[in-house]
Amino acid sequence: MDFNMTLLGQTIAMIVFVWFCMRYIWPPLVGALDERRKQIADGLAAAEDGRKALEDAQARFEETVRESREKAAEIIQQAEKRAREIVDEARTDAISEGERLITQAKAEISQEASRAKDALRGEVAAIAVSGARQLLEREIDPATHQQLLAKLASEL
Amino acid sequence: MSAAHPETTSGYIGHHLQNLQVCKVDGEWVWNHCQGNFWTLNVDSMFFSVVLGSLFLFLFWRVAQRATTGVPGRFQAMVESLVEFVDTSVKETFHGESKLLAPLGLTVFVWVFLMNMMDLIPVDWLPWTAGMIGIPYLKVVPTTDVNVTFAMSLSVFVLIIFYSIKAKGISGFTKELTLQPFNHPIAIPFNFILEGVALLAKPLSLSLRLFGNLFAGELIFILIALLGIWQLPLHFAWAVFHILIVLLQAFIFMMLTIVYLALANEEH
Repeated sequence: MDFNMTLLGQTIAMIVFVWFCMRYIWPPLVGALDERRKQIADGLAAAEDGRKALEDAQARFEETVRESREKAAEIIQQAEKRAREIVDEARTDAISEGERLITQAKAEISQEASRAKDALRGEVAAIAVSGARQLLEREIDPATHQQLLAKLASEL
Repeated sequence: MSAAHPETTSGYIGHHLQNLQVCKVDGEWVWNHCQGNFWTLNVDSMFFSVVLGSLFLFLFWRVAQRATTGVPGRFQAMVESLVEFVDTSVKETFHGESKLLAPLGLTVFVWVFLMNMMDLIPVDWLPWTAGMIGIPYLKVVPTTDVNVTFAMSLSVFVLIIFYSIKAKGISGFTKELTLQPFNHPIAIPFNFILEGVALLAKPLSLSLRLFGNLFAGELIFILIALLGIWQLPLHFAWAVFHILIVLLQAFIFMMLTIVYLALANEEH
């Protein structure tokens, strides 16, 4: 237990050691530790972001698929509706066209019939006139008796 | 067993506890006849402590130079875990900014640990080798030299006073010494004695704890070495136990250094 100059020497040695440690050892080591900690934190954050982005993409994908499916269903429905409409329209057209044709045909028929009647009437009138002429043995002026003949023809 | 005094047990022990000393008497360097001369240097203590301190600094410096922020190597990982350990201890205890305290803690811890580790080298090896090359005395464990432990604790003491004054000012520090625990003018001398003792007890207990533990450990190693063949199991047992003391004392020294400086830095 005797104190001597070693005390001073040791104090100087300690000051130098601590100074060296403080100047050249501690800062780079703590710097490296902090830097690595930051890198790890960044990496974890990036992983978290990636996971979130993946989730978002998944959700978007599902949303798109759902929308497409709905759209497709809608299109199909519309197409079906349109097809039905076209068929209905065609049917209506066909019916109306048929009716029109029938009407037209009927009209023509009646026209033809009346024309035939008229012709027949004329002929019958002529026959009647010639018959009457022969009966009367004299010429009847058709112009004078036109009104009478027409009356006869309409009564036929 | 030893080169100089192999004949008696007390001679053997005394030889082991004798530092290699050099002093200047009448303008001449004198070896080992320096009793009572303050201007004496314990060459062995200085040598081993400086070598071990330099070893610590060199190893850590090399790691610090090559420190990567990527995957660390094994040695770097070890150094980093030590740094983290000291850093955590400092941050948990010391609430304030200090560039000095953490490196101081690391240096004290590793340096004291390495010096204590010298105790695990069988007591005769180095002195005997030294004796072969003509060095009569060699005390290999620097922390069994009071000069070494006191040099460290007195440095810490200076830092305690420095931090106290820095944190509280000279008046604050004076008030702390004189107006506590009894805040009354009459009690000032009493307070001063009380607080002065408390303040001085810090470096004293710090150095004497380390010195006492290591000196006792070393002495037991020396005693065990006297036992002939029975020293082998006993030495092993004591060495195993001593590893604990070596590490524990280094840790306590570091921790108390931090705690004392944290106390000095805090307002009451």
